[in-house]
Amino acid sequence: MSLLSNISRRSLMVWRRNKDVFFTTWKTNFLPPFFEPILYLVAMGLGFGILIGKVEYEGLFVEYAMFLAPGLVAISSMYSAFFECTYGSYVRMHYQKTFDAIIATPLSIEDVIAGEMLWGATKSFLNSTIVLGVVVIAGLAWFPGMLFVPFIGFLSGLMFASIAMIFTALVPNIDSFNYPFFLLITPMFLFSGTFFPLNVLPEWGQWMAEILPLTHSTRLIRDLSYNLFSWVDVISLLYIVLLTAITFVTAIALMRKRLIK
Amino acid sequence: MKVVVKAENLTKRYDSFTAVNSINFEINEGECFGFLGPNGAGKTTVMKMIYCASPITSGNLFVLGLDVEKKSREIKALIGVAPQENNLDPDFTVLKNLTVYARYFGIEKRVAEKRAMELLEFMQLEEKADVEIPELSGGMKRRLIIARALINDPKILILDEPTTGLDPQARHLIWDKIRELRKFGVTVILTTHYMDEAERLCDRLVIMDQGKIIVEGHPRDLIERHSSKSVLEIIDPSPGVESYLRDSGLIIEKGSDRIYVYADNPQQLLHELNEKFFLQHATIRASTLEDVFLKLTGRGLRD
Ligand SMILES: Nc1ncnc2c1ncn2[C@@H]1O[C@H](COP(=O)(O)OP(=O)(O)OP(=O)(O)O)[C@@H](O)[C@H]1O
Ligand SMILES: [Mg+2]
Repeated sequence: MSLLSNISRRSLMVWRRNKDVFFTTWKTNFLPPFFEPILYLVAMGLGFGILIGKVEYEGLFVEYAMFLAPGLVAISSMYSAFFECTYGSYVRMHYQKTFDAIIATPLSIEDVIAGEMLWGATKSFLNSTIVLGVVVIAGLAWFPGMLFVPFIGFLSGLMFASIAMIFTALVPNIDSFNYPFFLLITPMFLFSGTFFPLNVLPEWGQWMAEILPLTHSTRLIRDLSYNLFSWVDVISLLYIVLLTAITFVTAIALMRKRLIK
Repeated sequence: MKVVVKAENLTKRYDSFTAVNSINFEINEGECFGFLGPNGAGKTTVMKMIYCASPITSGNLFVLGLDVEKKSREIKALIGVAPQENNLDPDFTVLKNLTVYARYFGIEKRVAEKRAMELLEFMQLEEKADVEIPELSGGMKRRLIIARALINDPKILILDEPTTGLDPQARHLIWDKIRELRKFGVTVILTTHYMDEAERLCDRLVIMDQGKIIVEGHPRDLIERHSSKSVLEIIDPSPGVESYLRDSGLIIEKGSDRIYVYADNPQQLLHELNEKFFLQHATIRASTLEDVFLKLTGRGLRD
C-alpha cells in the first residue's frame, strides 16, 4: 500500500520537532498530569470512597480509590493523545502552516502525519506514566503487572491519536472539535468502567460500553494493576491493536486528501 | 547549457478549475528565471508542482532530470523553497528554526549549527539568533525564510514573491543576495509582482495569465518586441487631445487620469500637441517591463 510505503524513518524528525517544543516548556507540561490524579484520588477516592465502601471487580473486593486509580491512568492516556492530535495538530496544520513547511523537505505528508500520531502516543505514554507513578506511590497498583501499564498507555495513546487525527482531517474549523469531545470523549470518560464497574449497567448498556475504545484500555490497565489476567484481556488487546491499525491508516489517507491539493 | 527544470504540457486542475493549462518551459542551470503574471495566474501553483508539494494533473515535469511524480524525496533534498506564505515555526527561535529544518534534511547537528550561523550572517540576522519568530519584522521573516531555504545547500532556489511588502533597503539586500548566490551557480526561480525586480534579476522570464504562458524571453527583448521604445504620458488630457490622438492612428491606451501613447520617437508628437492644445502635464519615459505586462495582460483587476 503506497500510503504506508510513504512512511519512512524521517517521520521521527516530526516527532523530534514536537518533543523539542514540549521540553522547552516542560515545567508547565508536567505539572498538570501530576496534580490532576492527586485531586481526583483525594476528592473521589477518599470523598466518595467513604460513601461507597468496597467495590466488587472480577470477584475481587477493592477500596473505591483502588478501583478508580487504573481508570485515571486510562483517562489520562485518552485525553493526552486526543488533545494533542486534535487541537495541537490542527494548530500546527492550519494556523502555523508547519506541515506545509515540512513537506517542502524530503519528508512526505505521510511521514508528517505518522510523526504527529507517534508524538500523540508519546504524550499519552508520558502523562499516563506520571499518573501511574502517583497511583503506585499511593499504593493503588501492584507489581509486577503495573510495569506493563506504560506500554498500554502508549498503545492506547496511539489508538486515540489516530482517532483524533481522523477528526482533524475532517473538521471545517477548530471549534468543530467540540463535537467529538462532547459526543465521544465525554461519554467514554464516564462509561468505560472508569468510575464504576460496568456490571452495574443493564445488559444492553454493558454491550454498548464494550464498543467504546476506552473500555478496553481501562480493562487492560486495571487487570495489569491488580495482576488479574484472563482471555477477556486478550480480546481487549486485539481490539486496541485492530482499531489502531484501521484508524492509523484511515487518518493518513484522510489527511493526505485534505492537505495535498 | 544544462536544463534543470523541464515542463512539457504541464497542467494542474483543482477539481474542474484549470489553474495551469498545458504550459511548456525550460530553465537552464545557473540562470535566474522569473514567473510573472496577475494574481491568480498560476505562478504559485507552478512553484508547488516544482517542489513536489502539489501533484501534477497531466503533462511532464522534470527537476534536475528527476520525474516529480516518482522522485519527490530526491528532488526535495536538492532544492530550497521560500514559499509565498510565511511558514516559519513560531514554536522555535530564529536559530532553532534553521537547525530543526536542517534535521528534516538529515543534516547532522554539528554541521547544521555551523551552517545556520553562516546563513544568519549571510542574511544579516546574526543578532536575532535567539529571538522568537513573532518578534521579527516582516522583512526579517522574509530574510529568515530565504536563509532557511538555503540550509541544504540547494542546487535550485525557489523564491515565491521574496520581496512583497518589504521596504527598499530590505529589497535591495535580498536582490544583492540573490546575485551573490547566482555567482555560486545556484539556479534561481522567482515569482514577483515587481517589474523592476524582474528586470534587474531575471535572465529570462515568462508572463503567465489564466494558467497559460503568454510570452517568454529576456526582459530587454520583451520590451523591444512588445512595446515601443518610449511612452508619452499625457495627464488629464482634454477631449480634443484624445480624439486627435485616436484619429492620428497612434497606439494609445487610456488610463483613469491619463493617456499613454506608445511611440518610438514621441518628442515630435509632444511638440505638435503642445502647439495645438494646452497640455497640463506630459512626460516622456522609456518603455519598461510594466508596459509590456499591462499591454499583454490588460489593465483590468484580477481575482
Ligand atoms: N488549493 C486550491 N484549490 C482550488 N483552487 C486553487 C487552489 N490553489 C490555487 N487555486 C486557484 O488556482 C489559481 C492560481 O493560483 P496561484 O496561487 O497559483 O496564483 P498566483 O499566480 O500565485 O497568484 P498570486 O499572484 O495572487 O500569488 C487561482 O485561481 C486560485 O484561486
Ligand atoms: Mg502566488
